[in-house]
Amino acid sequence: MTGADFAILIPEIVLSLFAMAALMGAVYTSKDGLAPALTTGTALVFVVMALYIGIGADGTRVAFGGMFVDDAFARFAKITILLSAAAVLLIGRDYMEKADILRFEYPVLVTLAVIGMMVMVSAGDLIALYMGLELQSLALYVIASLRRDSVRSTEAGLKYFILGALSSGLLLYGASLTYGYAGTTLFSGIIETATAGEMPLGLLFGLVFVMAGLAFKVSAAPFHMWTPDVYEGAPTPITALFATAPKVAAMALFARVVHDAFGAAVGDWQQIVAFLAVLSMFVGAVAAIGQTDIKRLMAYSSISHMGFALMGLAAGTEQGVTAMLIYMAIYVTMNIGTFAFILSMEKDGRPVTDISALSSFASREGAKALALLVLMFSLAGVPPLVGFFGKYAVLWAAVEAGMAWLAIAGVIASVIGAYYYLRIVYLMYFGQDRAGLDGRMGVAQYAGLMAMAALIALAWLPGVNLLGLEGMAAQAAGTLVR
Amino acid sequence: MDNLLSIVTFLPLVAALILGVFLRGEDAAAQLNAKRLALAATSATFLISLALWVEFDPSDTGFQLVEQTDWLFGLTYKVGVDGISVLFVLLTTFLMPITIASCWGVTHRVKEYMIALLVLETLMIGVFVALDLVLFYLFFEAGLIPMFLIIGIWGGKDRIYAAFKFFLYTFLGSVLMLVAMIAMYVDAGTTDIVALLDHEFAAGPVNLMGWQVAGGMQMLLWLAFFASFAVKMPMWPVHTWLPDAHVQAPTAGSVVLAAILLKMGGYGFLRFSLPMFPVASDIMAPLVLWLSVIAIIYTSLVAMVQEDMKKLIAYSSVAHMGFVTMGIFAANQQGVDGAIFQMISHGFISGALFLCVGVIYDRMHTRDIDAYGGLVVRMPAYAAIFMLFTMANVGLPGTSGFVGEFLTLIGVFQVNTWVGVLAATGVILSAAYALWLYRRVVFGDLIKESLKSITDMTRREKAIFAPLVVMTLLLGVYPSLVTDMIGPSVEALVSTYDLALAAHAADAMVAAND
Repeated sequence: MTGADFAILIPEIVLSLFAMAALMGAVYTSKDGLAPALTTGTALVFVVMALYIGIGADGTRVAFGGMFVDDAFARFAKITILLSAAAVLLIGRDYMEKADILRFEYPVLVTLAVIGMMVMVSAGDLIALYMGLELQSLALYVIASLRRDSVRSTEAGLKYFILGALSSGLLLYGASLTYGYAGTTLFSGIIETATAGEMPLGLLFGLVFVMAGLAFKVSAAPFHMWTPDVYEGAPTPITALFATAPKVAAMALFARVVHDAFGAAVGDWQQIVAFLAVLSMFVGAVAAIGQTDIKRLMAYSSISHMGFALMGLAAGTEQGVTAMLIYMAIYVTMNIGTFAFILSMEKDGRPVTDISALSSFASREGAKALALLVLMFSLAGVPPLVGFFGKYAVLWAAVEAGMAWLAIAGVIASVIGAYYYLRIVYLMYFGQDRAGLDGRMGVAQYAGLMAMAALIALAWLPGVNLLGLEGMAAQAAGTLVR
Repeated sequence: MDNLLSIVTFLPLVAALILGVFLRGEDAAAQLNAKRLALAATSATFLISLALWVEFDPSDTGFQLVEQTDWLFGLTYKVGVDGISVLFVLLTTFLMPITIASCWGVTHRVKEYMIALLVLETLMIGVFVALDLVLFYLFFEAGLIPMFLIIGIWGGKDRIYAAFKFFLYTFLGSVLMLVAMIAMYVDAGTTDIVALLDHEFAAGPVNLMGWQVAGGMQMLLWLAFFASFAVKMPMWPVHTWLPDAHVQAPTAGSVVLAAILLKMGGYGFLRFSLPMFPVASDIMAPLVLWLSVIAIIYTSLVAMVQEDMKKLIAYSSVAHMGFVTMGIFAANQQGVDGAIFQMISHGFISGALFLCVGVIYDRMHTRDIDAYGGLVVRMPAYAAIFMLFTMANVGLPGTSGFVGEFLTLIGVFQVNTWVGVLAATGVILSAAYALWLYRRVVFGDLIKESLKSITDMTRREKAIFAPLVVMTLLLGVYPSLVTDMIGPSVEALVSTYDLALAAHAADAMVAAND
């Protein structure tokens, strides 16, 4: 353990120190009045750290004997996580303040969760993986029940906790089996034992259990049951957080485990991932049709989108990981924009989440409705919006890997899914009911909605080329898949 | 002009952006400004597109006016036209000013209406000029968004059902095409349509889950493309979205749908199915021909019993598109020439017919055939124009409708006599429903009280019809205007098709002898 090891962890250490300092400062002044400033400050710190990671080191560096890996893949995931968490903090601040739940613990807990996510995506070892995962999860359990006096919120937190503990148990069980049969917890050691065709049965079981645990974290069907309830019960800014950064972290971790530790046995996990992908895409698409609560709808939408991201992973190739990363980055962008809008949904000064409140919104708030329309069509994967290119990337990866059937299943699911996105557009534009949303919107929310919608609508243009996302993702995937 | 095609394609979009950003307010003046700007933009687009006519060299069968820029995911932004696509571009730019002018009377959310139509124009032109698979798909699919809104916001009573049906039906059709396109990319290593036209896709039989698929990969790709284009065309039995969409869409929406959007299916067959998958096309041609005949006869019969004018014309569109698919899959010079001619001419005629319905709908707010009768008494000019387009729809010699139907019938007669004979009855049936419609609406005594004060066409309405009348008659008496443009390209298409089939037959022979 040398100074060089710690140098690699600078972003995580800085964030930890920041979290501690913020906690101390707030405890000793014991003022929730600090919370708004602290929230904004935390978001700024996230952005600074993202910049630091972005322009900092390149190449692959390993700390603590392989426990912690800093490579292009981890950096890509960390930047996405930090930026999306920062955006969520900013767009959610007004809402939290108005609902009187903006306590100083909120930004601190988010910071801790983000540190957990950063450890997750850098994990080079099963222990480090578990450490990061639990740090993230514990912080999120608390955040989910932040609205202490609301039954719904505490219920969401409790559900999340119990099912999360179950999935952690599965994952730990898998990890112990893996350790038992591979003789090491290091990914670089496991990959020596876990080779295609001659994998010990116990190791295979270990792999399956680890994947089940991870599937829970990315809320892939059939481990998705918690998602709608938690999304609905948690305060909306927290839901926005759940829908973005942790999903990226869990998906990146998924990719890291299957490629770094089990990359020599692609055939053994490919079918499982493909199965998770197909099931998620269809469950997400079909179950969302009947939803009337926009947060539940977004929950099912995220399940379906995770299915598409898993499709990229199921390809088991470098292109697949590239496509998955591109998909996640685009997914996060669309979700931040959509949640910026959902956070502003108010009727007579009170937050609403029923989609019928959107009725005839377009005739009063043309610009905002147009932005949401862009986001909805993009979520549905209709070209030329950027969401289509995410889908295109994963479909391409699947077909290229010889899994055309998976691609066909995916596009059929996307048609089913298109229905409920269209329904929102239909309500906004064709709805007749006059008594709808108030239409007021905070500055941060407005900026978030408009900026994301503009990105989604325009970033595909020749010359803009998704702002170089493809190259970054390809570089990241290149360090992961060998 | 090096980027003539890009200018033509994106000019309407630029106008839409200007409208969206700078035009404020919903008062009458703002509405008029929106309409004027849209009309000016579409007219300018048409005038610029006339340069295509000048610059295009029909004797060159390759792609002309090509532009190419790198794009993401190894794709390229590549556009260009050949003899098959150039006229569709011109058809689109020609019809859009007329469409815009026809909705002068709209007062509900005019700005958004104009923006939707302008965006739609860009996307439609894009479909015909795109020379990259994914770029084509992008334009092809993106058109669903404005059309969904046009039907849903400005449509009739059951517009929501129609809008959803339209969107989901066509979306389902085309996503399979997307997978096929990706498979082509993986197989050929390029999405450049020009390169793909030279690429030979495997046609040996493959085994798919225990099924022996004749035509192999070509067949699978062909089927995926067919799913998309058949819905778009629309062919029997996947045509059911069209009558709903037509009936509920506002007049401008119907015109665009019938005159241009339906042509994308036929264009797709000509651009992809025939030249890229010749073996599969040859195997499936009999099926397509018979489906076309069913479409012609069945939908003509259905058209006869309609009570709603728009629905009648919608079914008549399906029947006329049957001639197009029949001509294309006859795969000879007359057939393909006729199919393209039929598409162009149908663009003018069906557009005009929907405008004709729009004229009386604006006055009486009903499309029920029974609500009319004896219009000739009060509306002589209208009666004359309606008469002309009814005759053109029937395929009367001297109008453009005749040439297309005649050529496709000649083409298909050489390939399959029975199909030719049965399809010819469609001409009679179309005369039956079209003339019957005309008699019930225009002739008879003017006994309905509500019709006694109806006014004839205004000068604006007459001006809208004038270019359509000219084109219908001009193409009827001087069809070479079209056939000269498309002839060489079609000839090249047909001869490559025949060569590919002969080569495949030779390969199969060798394989059988081994």
